[in-house]
Amino acid sequence: MKSAFDEMHTAGKVVRQHYGVYDEWLQRQSLESMQARRHEAEMIFRRVGITFAVYGAKDEEGAGTERLIPFDLIPRVIPKQEWTRMHAGLRQRVTALNRFIEDVYHEQEILKAGVVPAEQVLNNAQFRKEMMGVKVPGGVYSHVSGIDIVRAGNPDGSGEYYVLEDNLRVPSGVSYMLENRKMMMRLFPDLFSIQRVAPVEHYPDLLLETLRAVAPAGVNEPTVVVLTPGMYNSAYFEHAFLAQQMGVELVEGQDLVVREGFVYMRTTQGPKRVDVIYRRVDDDFLDPAVFRKDSTLGCAGLLDVYRAGNITLSNAIGTGIADDKSIYPYVPKMIEFYLGEKPILNNVPTYLCREAKDLQYVLDHMDELVVKEVHGAGGYGMLVGPAATKAEIAEFSAVVKANPSNYIAQPTLSLSTCPTYVDSGIAPRHIDLRPYVLSSGKDVQTVPGGLTRVALKDGSLVVNSSQGGGTKDTWVLED
Amino acid sequence: MLSRTADHLFWMARYMERAENTARMLDVNYQTSLLPQSTDMALQGWSGLLSISELTWSFSKKYKEVSPRSVMDFMVRDETNSSSIVACLRAARENARAVRGALTTEVWETQNQTWIEFNRMLKGGAFERDPGTFFEWVKFRSHLSRGVTVGTMLQDEALHFLRIGTFLERADNTARLLDVKFQALNGGDYFGPDASRLQEEVDFYHWSAILRSVSGFEIYRKVYRNVIHPEKVAELLILRPDMPRSLAACMNEAVANLALVANQQSSETIRRAGRLQSDLRYGRIDEILATGLHAYLTQFLDRVNDLGVGISRDFLVPMAA
Repeated sequence: MKSAFDEMHTAGKVVRQHYGVYDEWLQRQSLESMQARRHEAEMIFRRVGITFAVYGAKDEEGAGTERLIPFDLIPRVIPKQEWTRMHAGLRQRVTALNRFIEDVYHEQEILKAGVVPAEQVLNNAQFRKEMMGVKVPGGVYSHVSGIDIVRAGNPDGSGEYYVLEDNLRVPSGVSYMLENRKMMMRLFPDLFSIQRVAPVEHYPDLLLETLRAVAPAGVNEPTVVVLTPGMYNSAYFEHAFLAQQMGVELVEGQDLVVREGFVYMRTTQGPKRVDVIYRRVDDDFLDPAVFRKDSTLGCAGLLDVYRAGNITLSNAIGTGIADDKSIYPYVPKMIEFYLGEKPILNNVPTYLCREAKDLQYVLDHMDELVVKEVHGAGGYGMLVGPAATKAEIAEFSAVVKANPSNYIAQPTLSLSTCPTYVDSGIAPRHIDLRPYVLSSGKDVQTVPGGLTRVALKDGSLVVNSSQGGGTKDTWVLED
Repeated sequence: MLSRTADHLFWMARYMERAENTARMLDVNYQTSLLPQSTDMALQGWSGLLSISELTWSFSKKYKEVSPRSVMDFMVRDETNSSSIVACLRAARENARAVRGALTTEVWETQNQTWIEFNRMLKGGAFERDPGTFFEWVKFRSHLSRGVTVGTMLQDEALHFLRIGTFLERADNTARLLDVKFQALNGGDYFGPDASRLQEEVDFYHWSAILRSVSGFEIYRKVYRNVIHPEKVAELLILRPDMPRSLAACMNEAVANLALVANQQSSETIRRAGRLQSDLRYGRIDEILATGLHAYLTQFLDRVNDLGVGISRDFLVPMAA
């Protein structure tokens, strides 16, 4: 495999300019003091209870299922001008995606124009017929979007950002972005005095502003709540964290009840009306009267209230149609179709196994490609060709052949690397980036940077926390 | 506030208080067992501890005989015993975790840290090495938990439900302790001083142990400036409103906090709580003893239990929204 683009060093091992101040600082730190800081960070994360649950696993007490996500001390640094461009690209992309969702649930002009094949949308499991004709405030569907971005090296040694996938349902991880920054400022306050790192701490404020802005028409002082599946969900910490930071109630399905066309929560002072639900529960579990009957995580009758416009769900139901991996290849065309602009951010070239020509290519080149299940998430249901054994490839080929339309494939981008603490010292490890984009209909906003995830295993490209990934603080350097 | 949130807060406080009281009783028994006394007396203390928590039966299913070691193990680290310190601290922390957003960062971190350190201490053998220090630590963490709650939380419903939980649990625990300890020495109900029974030296240790388990030994001296008389011990722990672990003090706090969270359906629960409070405020120890202490305390425990049920019904798990 060709050597990857490194965020800190050029191919000639020269420190890149935007890492200059950090590198000089790092050279002055002893290995012992950095080890002590690593240990301190772990203690603090544990005390604060910044954990995620691994399904079916046990923690070191052999009782719970709570794990720490490894936190790496070396930040990922993004120069200001790169972020400015990325920010513009994110605004553009998310705006187009929201227009697309509104379109497919109303006029379907993009389908009529043949820009996106109609059957790709209408026969898609993520297409929610229940949403046809439903008006949502401001026409915004994905209020909180997580856009996964990677950087790969060009032959000339420069790096190029690519959007790997869009997450428009319930993207998670933003609490780690915030906690990582807090941790870095606590461990290394001097680093923040010798250079200007763009702040991210106002994210909960922007989120609350966004949620309030999309309340049903006529509600002046909306009651916003965060809906969680409960404390055994893997992202429970984040749900509780965001509710607390925004100063709103964290509710479970059992706390909600529908009465006479509105949603109420059960409080110690009787029922209280709810106007906006920032839900961290998947579509399927939202309303047992309509979707999964066995769901105890939602609230019966919710969809009727929603269709009547008396509650806002954030994100809307049915956003999955726009972040489906089979729709992803069409996003650049969407941008041109709705906005009349050239896409600022690149898509990764993608092969659709549903098309015979692409399928043949994928089967012939599986050892070079990343093959993904269209609806998979969390690093499950995928094959990383160059890292797979012959047997694994043969096995996965059979799976793909059995149901080709369920798979797409992309060339293995050599994800960029960033120096990272590992057992043997500091070594390059692959990283990605998930910026969070907030859309209120009035505005599309981000905080500078996002969550950088790092694959801690040598050579691994899988950064998901459920698969042994860690995280880093992400710095956008002000000029 | 969400009913479910109030429920978790109420139980978080109850479990923390219960952990403290278990540690208190274990500590006093352990300290007493270090004194020269008859083996019978010591064993009586350990089995009394089991009956306070109504655990004699479930203990006997797991252990052959009552010994200091077996009772302490059962009450400290046995996960299957829902009154053990480990079970209480786990439940307190799980309840806190379920509503961590309703707590201040300091409250949550204190609760979480207690659980993390408790496990580290158990694993590191701290309990076996020095039970006394270990029990002190549990009490200290409970003090810390209560202090950080009062010291950092907004004085709204969340705090009131925590306080209600603390004082109902403490009322229950103090009443149980009194009941068992008075029965132990008298072999039946207690009706007041018995002139025919000679004060023995062991009695002093018995009563002073009870007082120490509720941090009341110095308080007793200060209040009565007298040698220890059982009926005064009973008065201190039942009727004195200025004794922080007495039934009267607990009910005063419970009623005050209940009044602050009152809703449209809670009037009957509040009436009953107020009536129980009045009985304590205007009660006299000779009256109580005339009807028999055991009968009185049994009735008190029933009424506290009834209050808990009422609070659940009115606030925590309302049937209809």
